[in-house]
Amino acid sequence: MQNIRNFSIIAHIDHGKSTLADRLIMKTGACDLRIYKDQMLDSMDIERERGITIKSHAISLPYTASDGETYTLNLIDTPGHVDFSYEVSRSLASCEGVLLLIDAAQGVQAQTLANLYLAMEHDLEIIPVINKIDLPAADVERVLEQIDSELGLDPATHLACSAKDGTGVDEILEAIVRRIPPPRGEAEDPLAALIFDAYYDAYRGTVINCRVFDGEVKAGDTIRFMFNDSIYRVEEVGRFLLDRQKRDTLSAGEVGYIIAGVKTVSSVSIGDTITLDDRPCAQPLPGFKKVKPVVFASIYPIASDDYEDLSDALEKYKLNDAAFIYEKDSSAALGQGFRCGFLGLLHLDIVQERLEREYGLNIILSVPSVRYRFTLKDGAELYVDNPAHYPNPMSIIKSEEPYIRASMMLPDRYLGAVMTLCIDRRGVNSNMRYPSPGRVELSYEMPLSEVIFDFYDRFKSVTQGYGSFDYDLIDYRTSNLVLLDILVNGEKVDALSQIVHRDRARARGVLACDRLKDEIPRQMYKIAIQGAIGGEIISRSTVSAFRKDVTAKCYGGDITRKRKLLEKQKEGKKRMKMVGSVSIPQSAFLAVLKSDKDS
Amino acid sequence: MTTGRAHIPGLYIHFPFCRSKCGYCDFYSVTETSLISSFLEALSMEAALYREEFTAFDTVYLGGGTPSLMAPDQVEALLEMVLDTFTILANAEITMELNPADLTREDLRVLRRAGINRVNIGVQSFHDRELQFLGRRHDRRQAMKALEWAGYAGFDNIGLDLIYNLPHQSLEDWRASLMQAIALRPAHLSCYELELKADTPLGRKLGQRGHGRGSEDLAREFFIKTSGVLEDAGYIHYEVSNFAAGMDKASQHNRKYWDHTPYLGLGPAAHSFEGASRWWNRSSLQSYLADLSRRERPVEGREDLGPQELAMEALFLGLRTRDGIDLDRYARLYGRDLMRENRRQLEEWSRLGLVEIASRRIRPTRSGMAVADALAVM
Repeated sequence: MQNIRNFSIIAHIDHGKSTLADRLIMKTGACDLRIYKDQMLDSMDIERERGITIKSHAISLPYTASDGETYTLNLIDTPGHVDFSYEVSRSLASCEGVLLLIDAAQGVQAQTLANLYLAMEHDLEIIPVINKIDLPAADVERVLEQIDSELGLDPATHLACSAKDGTGVDEILEAIVRRIPPPRGEAEDPLAALIFDAYYDAYRGTVINCRVFDGEVKAGDTIRFMFNDSIYRVEEVGRFLLDRQKRDTLSAGEVGYIIAGVKTVSSVSIGDTITLDDRPCAQPLPGFKKVKPVVFASIYPIASDDYEDLSDALEKYKLNDAAFIYEKDSSAALGQGFRCGFLGLLHLDIVQERLEREYGLNIILSVPSVRYRFTLKDGAELYVDNPAHYPNPMSIIKSEEPYIRASMMLPDRYLGAVMTLCIDRRGVNSNMRYPSPGRVELSYEMPLSEVIFDFYDRFKSVTQGYGSFDYDLIDYRTSNLVLLDILVNGEKVDALSQIVHRDRARARGVLACDRLKDEIPRQMYKIAIQGAIGGEIISRSTVSAFRKDVTAKCYGGDITRKRKLLEKQKEGKKRMKMVGSVSIPQSAFLAVLKSDKDS
Repeated sequence: MTTGRAHIPGLYIHFPFCRSKCGYCDFYSVTETSLISSFLEALSMEAALYREEFTAFDTVYLGGGTPSLMAPDQVEALLEMVLDTFTILANAEITMELNPADLTREDLRVLRRAGINRVNIGVQSFHDRELQFLGRRHDRRQAMKALEWAGYAGFDNIGLDLIYNLPHQSLEDWRASLMQAIALRPAHLSCYELELKADTPLGRKLGQRGHGRGSEDLAREFFIKTSGVLEDAGYIHYEVSNFAAGMDKASQHNRKYWDHTPYLGLGPAAHSFEGASRWWNRSSLQSYLADLSRRERPVEGREDLGPQELAMEALFLGLRTRDGIDLDRYARLYGRDLMRENRRQLEEWSRLGLVEIASRRIRPTRSGMAVADALAVM
């Protein structure tokens, strides 16, 4: 155990986390970089394009240090977005230390701070690493000053490197060995292992990534997931190098995988504790949370013929995404589809993109919603995450919506703008503190529905990207809710309905009509868009009809040009859903949640 | 073949010279008239390179550019060359575009004798203010004279071009121009909406794309007014921008563009179509001349159309014409039954008065023609 180091690399987006990980893997000779890239790293296109790591990975690097000893360095990767903050916290809980990576040219950024705070919460050894020192714009002196003043860390503890050309990487490896403490734990104690990730393998079922704190586990053991309260027989344990390397045991302090005949990823909860059924540990490891979807939306195929394909795709997708849930749903306007739950809007975007990209589906998403709670006259308590199931208003005696505590870190020059934004989004009970000069830590309680509306985008925009934001669900609070319906040419489009606070209903109705007017292309007749509460029309807009679109001349050279233009329009039309006699594009359904840029 | 016309190819000749460029025009032309004789030589070389592929034509269209910049004897020689190279069928429609500023009575008589039997006169407007705005070299008086002289010279198939929806033009101004045109009894009228293309001087100056004044409502009023006034006067609105005093006076040549009849285009930037291929010449006189000096076809690009592309073209071109689309012929040629595939849509449009569906034919109405592009995206 003395020769094991468990660590993560944490950084602001684009500060070079993946490059440094590649470099460490190459230096330790774990494998050929090219093969590694092909096989594992950021294996999903979306991760690479969005520059975020969505799922955690882990890899064990064999390393012979300058003291002559051979160490196992377990690098545990972390996803980098607020939707997945719980997964990050479980990865960090599996480590004893982190490399806090800072871009030498850009310096300390919002996520640098947010990540530092997370690491401190887990009491981890923090090694500040200044990356990209080879850049002409690198300013190491300035970053050192920020490490001192903004991060409150001792600048003398920093390392400098260029992950790109390999400078300083040896020093990093040595520092991991010398400065990050070895794991502690008792190999003789009952098994206690923390699940920080799980993924689906078509041949072996679910592969569970875990950190063993106490005891040991081997093939043939009967293990118990303490929170899920389920039992499995271990088929194989091992650790990750380039691929899975089978071993006899995983024991205290080690990071590795367990294969135990678990059929789906959904049967495993991140953060759960694995112990032995016949000799359980007394206490599960701390920090478990059941991850629950908080954002809901329906997915419909654009062509109803694609329903079966969509159904198959969701089934396959679900195998590898435990946080995603879905069930059958149908809409009067859009036909057969599925109601789905997501961790947040980014998660929703990812699911949508993967369904389209990997499964080649054209889909429509309804307006996302949170889960509301209604108490009815007959005493029944009803959770509603789909505006289509909004109860009869006459039967409601209490309406409640979920609240969160938003925690924000920002340079103090943005404080005024952020407070205005929070108050506008119904924020209450603010708290403020100055952890270091020029930096503010601000918290507000506010409705989750406001956060999924457009809070995060607006927050990033008013802080010019320097603010970091995180939130926890706190409770349900009484709220005066109404159902806002959208009518297109007099026909209610249920997938566009929203449950909103009464005070905000009119503004939302106006906004939705405005947005839809821009999103719905002109058609052969005038299209009336109306917002309605109950039977009352509260807002309206009109998409004017084509008046004259035909071009005057169409001779030799005009024909090809015109055909290409029309083909493009036809292609666009295929991505629209016919609702009654109006074609509504996919983008319209999410656009109603975007406020004006200047609001 | 929609009205039983035979699929005999047409010949288009692009004469790429203008005395000066008009602000609204995006056809290819240059002002170096000193190159006219080199061009005419190259043209006969180009024609010769196609004599195996194209043997007979029943229409010839001499467009541009400004073909009336040629001296009448040059036009005569050009027609001789065409007749030497290809077979031109008896009763062929042989059209030449004329600029009212260029011609004398005598010139017109020579052209008529040389074999031109249809002239299309670029009148554009009967208001001097509008003609100046458009950058034309002629005035109202010259326009009237050109028409008169063409009649004296023996032309009985005279067409004229007009442009509408100009800045500051009222519907009443336009109606007056139309009434003036009608009074002269041309056999054919082409009425084009002024479109400000980004690559024209006027487009750059006024900084708009598409409709001249940005308002589709106004563009539509002009369009509907044009159709109404001319049809009341007995003209047939047989294509979006074209009107004829009887279907026998419709442009036989232009109709080939709209129903996939083959055509050969000679001259810079000219387009040709044959079978399922379209190709186009270099849109630079220099490289056109250079290619032909090496006896190479001056082709710049080519596209081979698949069945879907042909079907799309047939649809949007058909919907631009009063004849519309013959459903059975369409199904036979492109393997698609439009009525079965789009019944709901078509019935809706019929209810909205955009199309008429009768005897297995879809025809756009006047309002349907105004939105023919949107109809084609079905």
